[in-house]
Parts: sequence; C-alpha cells; structure tokens
Amino acid sequence: MASYKPVVVQSFPKLGKKITQDTLYWKNYKTPVQIKEFGAVNKIDFSPISPHNYAVTASSRIHIYGRYSQEPIKTFSRFKDAAYCATYRDDGKLLVAGSEEGVIRLFDIHGRTALRQYDGHTKAVHVADFLSDKYRIISGADDYTLKLWDIPSATEIVSYSEHTDYVRCGCTSKLNTDLFVTGSYDHTVKVFDVRTEKSVMTVEHGQPVESVLLFPSGGLLVSAGGRYVKVWDILRGGQLLVSLKNHHKTVTCLCLSSSGQRLLSGSLDRHVKVYSTTSYKVVHSFGYAASILSLALAPEDETIVVGMTNGVLNVRHRKHEESRERFPKKKLPGYRTFVKGRNYMPKQEDFFVSKPVRSHLKKYDKLLKSFQVSKALDVVLEARNRTPEITVAVMRELNRRGTLKNALAGRDERQLSILLAFLIRYVVEPRFAPMLIKVAEMIIDIYLPVVGQSAVVDKQFLRLQEIIEKEIDYQAELLEVLGMMDALFATMTRKKATSLEENKTNGILRVLEQTTSN
Amino acid sequence: MVAQQPLRVVRCGGSTLSGARAAFSADAKYLLCASGDYVKVYSTATEECVHVLQGHTNLVTGIQLNPQNHMQLYSCSLDGTIKLWDFTDGILIKTFVVGYKLFAFYTLAGSEDSVFTIIPKKNEDSLDSFQLVSVKLPKTPDQEVEAKELSLILDDIGQSPKCTAFGREGEYVASVRGLHLLVCFFKKKRVNRFPLSATSRKGTNNYFTCVACHPKEDCIASGHKDGKIRLWRNFNHKREYTFSTLHWHHDVVMDLAFSVEGTSLLSGGVESVLVQWRDGSDCKKEFLPRLGSTIEYISASPDGTFYCTSHTENKITIIHSNLRVSAVIQGLVKGSDVKTGLVVDPRTKALVLNGKPGHLQFYCLQTDKQLYNLDIVQQEYIHQVGLNQVDLVKAAFSARGSWLATVEQREEKETELELQMKLWNYDEQTQSFTLNTRINMPHEDHVTALCFRDTDELEDGTPTLVTAGKDGRFKVWVLVDDSDSEKQSMGWSCDFVGSYHNYPATNCCFSEDGSLLAVSFEETVTVWNSDTWDLICTFCHPPGKIQNLCFGRLSCSKYLLGTTDNGFLCCWNLLSCALEWSAQLNVMVLQPDPLSENIAAVSRLLEGSDLFVFKPNEPKPFCIQRNVCRERIQWAVFIPRDVPESIGSEKHQWLSRSQLYFLTGTQDLLTFSTKSTEERLTPSSKQLAVEESLPMTPFYLLLGKHRHQQQSKENADLGTAVVQSHLAQDSPAIKELLHTPAHVLPSASFLCSIFINSMLISKENKSAREAVDEVEMDSEKAEDESDEDLELTEMEQDINPTEFLGEITQTKLSKSQEKQLRKIRRMDYSWVAAL
Repeated sequence: MASYKPVVVQSFPKLGKKITQDTLYWKNYKTPVQIKEFGAVNKIDFSPISPHNYAVTASSRIHIYGRYSQEPIKTFSRFKDAAYCATYRDDGKLLVAGSEEGVIRLFDIHGRTALRQYDGHTKAVHVADFLSDKYRIISGADDYTLKLWDIPSATEIVSYSEHTDYVRCGCTSKLNTDLFVTGSYDHTVKVFDVRTEKSVMTVEHGQPVESVLLFPSGGLLVSAGGRYVKVWDILRGGQLLVSLKNHHKTVTCLCLSSSGQRLLSGSLDRHVKVYSTTSYKVVHSFGYAASILSLALAPEDETIVVGMTNGVLNVRHRKHEESRERFPKKKLPGYRTFVKGRNYMPKQEDFFVSKPVRSHLKKYDKLLKSFQVSKALDVVLEARNRTPEITVAVMRELNRRGTLKNALAGRDERQLSILLAFLIRYVVEPRFAPMLIKVAEMIIDIYLPVVGQSAVVDKQFLRLQEIIEKEIDYQAELLEVLGMMDALFATMTRKKATSLEENKTNGILRVLEQTTSN
Repeated sequence: MVAQQPLRVVRCGGSTLSGARAAFSADAKYLLCASGDYVKVYSTATEECVHVLQGHTNLVTGIQLNPQNHMQLYSCSLDGTIKLWDFTDGILIKTFVVGYKLFAFYTLAGSEDSVFTIIPKKNEDSLDSFQLVSVKLPKTPDQEVEAKELSLILDDIGQSPKCTAFGREGEYVASVRGLHLLVCFFKKKRVNRFPLSATSRKGTNNYFTCVACHPKEDCIASGHKDGKIRLWRNFNHKREYTFSTLHWHHDVVMDLAFSVEGTSLLSGGVESVLVQWRDGSDCKKEFLPRLGSTIEYISASPDGTFYCTSHTENKITIIHSNLRVSAVIQGLVKGSDVKTGLVVDPRTKALVLNGKPGHLQFYCLQTDKQLYNLDIVQQEYIHQVGLNQVDLVKAAFSARGSWLATVEQREEKETELELQMKLWNYDEQTQSFTLNTRINMPHEDHVTALCFRDTDELEDGTPTLVTAGKDGRFKVWVLVDDSDSEKQSMGWSCDFVGSYHNYPATNCCFSEDGSLLAVSFEETVTVWNSDTWDLICTFCHPPGKIQNLCFGRLSCSKYLLGTTDNGFLCCWNLLSCALEWSAQLNVMVLQPDPLSENIAAVSRLLEGSDLFVFKPNEPKPFCIQRNVCRERIQWAVFIPRDVPESIGSEKHQWLSRSQLYFLTGTQDLLTFSTKSTEERLTPSSKQLAVEESLPMTPFYLLLGKHRHQQQSKENADLGTAVVQSHLAQDSPAIKELLHTPAHVLPSASFLCSIFINSMLISKENKSAREAVDEVEMDSEKAEDESDEDLELTEMEQDINPTEFLGEITQTKLSKSQEKQLRKIRRMDYSWVAAL
C-alpha cells in the first residue's frame, strides 16, 4: 500500500542572479556615506594599525579620516600642485606622498609640516611607497625613472630608468625588504631588486598599466591596465596565469580582501568587481555613480572606500549582526524524559525496530487527501500570495482531479475577490499563465450571472480585462520584433549558418513561446 | 545432434491472477488462485509460488477447497471438467467430466457428494442465460470420471460467480441478476424473488452486481452499481422482508465478502479501497486505501487471519485481519495500452514497460516476477472513471543503464497538452533511479521518439539525449554541470534544436558508435553529424512516411534501415548515400538485435503477422516465420541472454545470444522457443526453498529443524542427488557438532580435540572423508530401522563416555566415533519432539 503522494509543486528556474555566499557577504554593508573632496580621488590608503584611519589623496590635499568620521581628522595641504599617492608606512606613523611638482614629501602623521623632502624627479611623482625594511622609499615619476631614497639622510640611493613611459603604479613586497614592482604606461610591469642594478623580471601587460598588486605570499602579481586584469605567476618566471576581461572600460585600481580570497577591481565603467582568487570568476559586483579611480578595503573588510573622478568619496561600513536573540531559543525537552535510552548501544543480536516515519503533510495536502477541494484552494489562496507556485500547483492538481470547477464555485464576495486579486497579479506571468487563464475562464463562466451585484468584484473584473488587453498588445509588438529579426537573420544566412540560425531563433522563439501562451 | 525443432511461439509473463476468487488453505499458509489454465499455489508468508497445478485446457473459473478434506482442492474450468487436486504436493487426484462450460463452482460442507456449478442453459444458444445446477460426483476409484447427474436448482441467473452465494450451512442460495434477488431455500424448495425498481428517486442505479451471505445469520449482502450495499434480512417471508443500506462507494461495488465469523463485511470497488463494515452498521467502518487498482474479488481465509483482494492489474494483496497489507503477489501488469513499448534495462536485463498508471514496471523474464515499480508521475492516483490521467508515453535507457528518460503527457483537449520529460539517474547506493531533471514542455507537441547516444559513458563525458517532436523539431539534451561553489549538481539542458522544413519529426536514432544521428521528418530521413550537429545528407525515396528507423550494427553499420507506411522496407548505404535495396513489406515493427547484425521485422498482412529476420547487407531474410500470431504485434524487443544458448538448428542460430519477445494487441507477451514443451518444464524443488525461508520462530527452532532433517533424509532416501551433494560438502564432524543440542553433548573440552583433529588436513583425512560419506549412506539406510533400534543406541551412548575418554589420545577420528556422534544427534530428537 502506497502512502498519499503530496502535490508536486513545480520549481521554476530562478530568474536573475543566484544568491551565493558571496552575494550575502558583499551585500552586508550599510548604505554608503558620501564625502565630497576637492578633486578626483587618486589614492586611498588605510593605516595598518588600529584605529585604521585612512588617507585620501585628492587634488592638492591629503585628508586623514577616522573610521566613522565624515570630516577629516587631519589635513596635509602643503602642496603647491596636486598631491599623489599618500601611503602609510607599516607602523602607521609615517606617510609619504608624491606631487605634481616632482617633490616627494614625508609626513609624520601627528605633525603638520613635512619631515623630509626628496628632490630629484623632474616630473610629477605618481608613485611613492615604503620598502618593508621601513628605512627606504621608492618612487616612480613621469620622467620615466624610478628612484630609491634613504629616509633619514634624504639621499638617492639608486635610480632606475628602464621604463620608457610614465610610471604610474607600483608596490613593494611585504616579505622581501628589497623587492618592489612597478607598472608603467609603456605596457610593462617590472620587478626590481634593489640589490641589483637592473630589473629582475619584466612582463608585458599589453596596455598602459594603471595598477599593480602583489599577493601577500609574494608569489602572484596582479596588473591592471586597459580593460584587462592579468594575474602573473612570479615564481614560474612571470607566466600569465589568467587574464580577466570583465570591465568594459579601463581598470584603474586593484585591491585584495583581507582574507586574500577575493580580488577587487575598480574601473572607469563605474563598477567594482569581486573575483574569487581560486576560480577567477566574478562573484559579486558593485555599481557606483561615477568612474572609479581608487579603491581600498579596511582590515577585516570592515569598510569599502571608493574614490571617484567627480571627487566623491564613497564609504560603506559593514553591518554588524545585532544579537540574534530576538527569538528565544526553543526550549529542549527535559534531559530525563528525552534522552532516556538514547545512549543504549544496540548489541549485535538485537533487533532494531525503527520508528515508523510519519510524513508531515502540508495543510492543503491534508485537505486534498480527504477530498476537501474548496477548502484546499482557500488555504493556498490565504497564503498572502507569497508562494504563487504552490497556489498554482494546487489549482493544477484540482484540474487533474476534475474538481477545479467545484472548488471555484460557491464563493462569497470576499473569497472571490481574493481569487481575482491573485489572478490579476499573476495571470500574465508566463510560468503560471496556462493554468490561470483556464481558471479565469472558469470563473467568468461560473460568476457571469452575478456580475453587477458587487462593486468590488466588478472593479476587479474590469482590471483583469485591462491587464489582458495590455498583454495582448504587448504580444503583438513582440511578434513584430520577431518578424524583423527573422528578416535580419535571413540576410545573414551563409553556408555554415544553418545550425547557428536555428539555435538563435530558437532562443527568441522560446521567449515568444512563453509570452504567446498568455 | 539435436533434432530439428520447429520454432514455437510461447506465451510468457503468465496469465492474469485475478481470473477467479482466490482461496486460502485451511491453515492460511497457502493461497490458491486461478491463473489462466493453471491453478497456482502461493505461500502467504513468502509470496513465493510453490506449485502450479496444470491440467485444465481452458480458463479456470472457480476454485474451492474440498470441505471434506482440507488438503484437497476442487477447480472447475471452461473446458467442462472439475478436477480434484492435492495442492500441497501438486498432484491431480481426479477429473470429473461434466461436459458443459462451467462458469462458477461452489461446494457445501453439508452435501458430501454433490457440488454446484453454473452452466449455460441447455438447448439455448443465447449468451446470457445461465443456470445453477448441482452435480453429483460419482465415487469411483477411476482417475477420470464422467459426472452426468445434474439437477437444476436455479434458472436464469447471472454468469459471474460473484452473483451467486450460498447461505448459512447451505440452507439457501442467493443469486442476483439485473434488478432481482432470488433466494432459494433447499428444504422448503421455495424460491423468493425480491425486485428493486430500476432507479430510485434520486436517479441512482439499483442494478445488482454481487452478493454475499452471512455465515452465521440469515442475512444477505448485495452490492449495487451505484455503490450502495444492501443488507437483506427476514427474506424467508415474501412480503415482510427488510433491508438496510450502507453507502460509501461512489462507484460499482465489485465484490463483497463476510469475515469467517460474520462480524464484519468487506467491500471493494473501483476506488481500490477495501472497506470493512463492522456489525453491518454504516458508522463503524474502516478503510484500507490506495491498494493500487480496482478490486475484483475479495476472499477471507478460513482461520480468519487474512483477507485477500484480487486486483485488475494482475495483483493479489494479502491483508492481515487488522487491515495491514502483509504480502503482495504481483504478476506482469497488463493494464491499458503499452505506450512506452518494450524496453530493456541494460543493468538488470529486465523488461521495462508501462505498469500501473504512471508507473514503469521492471519485469524479470527469467524468474517471471516483477522486480519493482518505478513511480514516474509521482502524483496521487485518483480512481475515477472518465478522468484524464497522466500517461507515461516514452521511456529510454542510456547504454549502461545509468540514465533513464521518461516522457509523460496529459491531453485534456486538442489544444491543451501537458508534457513533461524526466531524467532519472541510477543511484548506486540506493539501487534505484532518482529524479535528476524535470523539463516542462520539452516540445510544443507530442514527443514521438527519444534515444540516448550509445557512447561509452566512461570515455565520453557527456551523455546525450535526442527527442523528436511533432512540432517539427528535434532537440539535443546534454548533461551539464551546473554546480556552484556550494553544492554539486548536474542537470540536463538543451544543447541544440534542429528542424527540417518544419515537418514533424517522427523518429530518431543514433548509429552504433554515436557519430551519426538519423531523424526522420515525415517522408524524409536526415542524417546529422552528432559532434557539430550539421546536416550531412537526406534520403527520401521512395515516397512514404517513415515509420521505423534503425541503423545496422557491427559489420553492417554502414546501413540505415527505414520502413514506410506504404509498405516498403528500405536500406540505404551511408557511404554511397544511395538506396542499397528495398523490399515491399508492410513492416509494423523493426527491431535490431543489440548483439549481432540481425534485424527482426514483423509485417502484417490481412490476417496474422509474419516475422522476418535478416541482415542489412543482403535483402534476403534468413529466417521467415509465417503467422506468428493472429493479433497485431505492437512491440518487439531483443533481450540478451545471460548465457548463450546452444541451438542445434542452423536456421535458428539467431536466437542463441538474445531472445525476441513481442507484445500483441491483446497485451500478451510472447516469445520464441526451440525447445519442446517437456524441456521447458523444469522440475521444481521449490517446496523446500519455501519451507526454508519461513520465518524462524522459537518454536520452529525447537521442532522445525527436526522435521526438516527428517524430510531431507527422506529426500535422500529417494535418491535426490542435490541434497546428498549438499550434505557431503561440509565436514560431517562439524555438522555433527553444530546440530546436536548442547545439553546432550559431552563437555566442550572433551569434544574439542576431536573437533580440531577432524579439521586437520592429513593424508588419511581424505580417505576418512570418503569413508564418512559411505558411513552417511549407511546410516541413512539404517534410518529405516525401527525405533527400538534407536533406543538401543541411546543406551549404548550412556555407557560410552569411558570409551570416549580412552580415545582422546588417538589423533584420528575413527569410523565408530563418527557413527556414535551421528547417533547422538539422531536419538535426542525423539524425546524433544514428544514434548
């Protein structure tokens, strides 16, 4: 004897993006805070030490913001022209910045004036960073040179002029005190060791390089330029690992999430994309109001700060789960009564009598099992339209049983208006349309004699009519479009095109199928 | 050299089990049921068929236990004979020749030498007038006796055995026909007739369908077409009779039965719900729902522990008296139209076809048993006449049987078609198919064909399925990996859609290596490359709609065969892209053998179907079998044999590796056999198997084993080689030790050394082993000696321990010791059994 088989609720493929762990993680930020700067924000850098203030370089100023402050805590404004690339040292005490006039300045974050100035570059310095031994600074400038400076003595140690165009980005290795990477508009990324005279490695990016990034392990190098983000394996001699082309404008900035599992890239196309560093697939994407120039993530991904060309700084703070204790935990049954016999280990010769599994039926299934069709329909309609697929599945089941008409008939004004409201809402949805059209026909058949008795119901009938008329117009338009596209495809037909054409028209046909069935 | 045997067509799958009301043996251990020309004896505990009583030459219509001897069974058949059987041994005892078609059979405890049966009316050829007669069974010792002493009891009654029932202690007989209930009292020789009006006020249908009599009281229950049950009382008065009505069934009451004590009434009908009415009241009823299909017959066991219901879908359900299903005897479900055709499950080699509504049945042809049912539709089945049910129309397995594709459809009106394609994956762990993908509306119109690409699934990663639809398209579905970071999942999705001038696609098939796909569009056959899905070539001559399509196999894989509706069988050469040969043949079924080049074609002329077996490379068939059967053959399939059969005749060599089964329009499953009838009947020693598989109760442990041993000894006496070889397999000493109860054995330490010694492998042991066998033979012969002898040995044993002690030092087990151990075993049971 078989048991009752519950109604099959058809599942339809979800339209739109799938919800993954990543979407949940990256969506868990509060509404952004917008801060207006004086000009395009070209660099954002978080202080490595708590409380993780961040330095924002925009126009001729460097602003230091606290975590939640909307006003700068501190400002360095001793630049005659634009400042570039304000970067913290590892201990968070010193800040270095390049400038348009070619001077590199070193600041104490508590002071106001520059501690040191490093003159030597003839053109604007767009890159400045500390080596990880904390005593040296590297800089790259538009005069195509790189220079290494000794901090205390403010003297140039070594100068490299290997690049053949502007040097616009660079970063230093956190593991090796002598290693740094630079990217230039000559389409190359070069790895330098300060102990040698020349670069140790060169990779060809293919586009002017806008940003470079070293993985914390030091093994992988990421470069961004043009529409591409490329990942290189340094340990295998600079082999291209993967090339990502997910933006449709130049990628301007790169950043790693604190776990190192995700790579973020910002672009002039106003999007920040999040990649998984294992599969290099885009797992999430943020949209912004303007082209993005700079991007930074606070430790633990607490804050995402994005600087844009229109001088707006966009700050998002992570939402913190408030204690989820709103619903008190269900009290478990008492230890004595519940656990008795639990710890009994069955012996080999014991017969194990398993408890019969009681299947729990949904309420509508219970009613259907006892053939109470009207009540079953009521139950699924009462569900406040949250699960239309269940409602339609029950209607389908009733139709299969030949009792749909019985279930629809004999309803009072309130019940009928619930039913009509459901129809109005879902009748044009392709996945429910075949069934709901049938229901609508039946309702019209059944309740035709009573039309005019209730204002509410009459209004709903009119609304239904309106929706269906609109849908018919829409279908006609779609058919026209299809006709046009068919003509286009027909002109494109070549020898090989037969299969291709069939494939494509089918895709369109399928859209149309769904819509024509309405 | 085997003599040239003609190819015979044999029926397989058995006949319907619900031909007559089943009967229980007195102890409810066996269930007896009529199955076509046979009576089958089933064990109620194991569902196993114990005996098949063969002898009737026409349909068996009634079976009843002999009221005088509960080990005997009467059966009657349309061949005009009543046969008396010993059903525990499966022996025919006597045949009574009556000479009329017998439609029903009744016995009474009171009347010793006469039985009752329903025969057609004499002299009249009208089909629907029957009479109930009593037949006097002559008491002669002959095997076959003429029983010609008939006496008329009731005239003009219904044919069905359900329409007549005998009352309390055989005092009266009740029979229903149309709108009348007839009650005939034997003592008073009076017939009371109670009419009902054709329709009552509410417009219900009052026709009688069945009747049952209360075993203890004067009460008759009758079932009606509108689902009512009436309980008649006081019917020995012509006028003051009363009846009460019970109403639950919404459709015809198919059968009624009282429990042995008469406390409850059982009824069943189309709803496939067994209803138990307690004390004949309307409010005290219990249900056993979802029994599968319409209940045809209900019967109760004489000891009151079981009921059984026979269903239309060739099933008997044995139900415990507390309304719990205890066993199901299921044959090949021969229900409605077989739409899926005959499919072979590559994994189990089982035949797969439509079973219960919405189910796929897996039927094992070797054991003639249903393996299991796969629920495809997964919907509650509503038993209601005229309801549009979901039909399972197509099924196909992938080459290794790891994927199953099914298509179900429900067609309400011309325009409203619900289609669903399901893809099932074989789960190795649960050993069953689990639903993987469900596709709504794979085509906009009926799916006409589907097939898997037969590639080696281990090499080529992507299983591929092709469906052809009347909407003029064929679609290619492939298994894709749509797993994301969180969960692993595989699903099927559409890969390619092809069409040819928008003609409806009618057939599709893949070549053996899977590189080519042939799809027929009405009159045209198109061949596609299965890698790039490019159209390679088309064949369309001679004109005619393509009905069947298949590729040649092995050495003939360059040929493509098709049949047209205007009676042509065409063979195209794929290398030259030209018609190789064609033959005028009205082919209904075209079926290639998966293991050879052979192709079977069944053609239909005006009457009778012919079978042609040929190889595609030559148009001349090498085997022609005219007039295979009279009906239309719907489907055919080659099923690979487990072991290739040696067939003497050169002509029938094609049957050696696989067997051809086919299904006729009347849902008979037929096959070919080269063996004669005698060879096919293998001696069954199933009885033993059944006894062994009975549940082990403590009581059985105490006594049953003893009986079993005796039995096996008896068998051994008879010289059954099987049993002996089995005994000789184990070391006798071990058997001795294990089979003797502990309390009569000497202490374990005492026996240990003997036991271990007996396990040692030595040169002498071999001879000893042989000797042991001899001893065993001896002892078995000695078995025939009287009980006194046994007692004597018992005495001996009591004295023996000292001897045993003395012999411990001996390393070898002597013959005498063996013998003594054997005696220990034998003697103790005599007194245990006596308890």
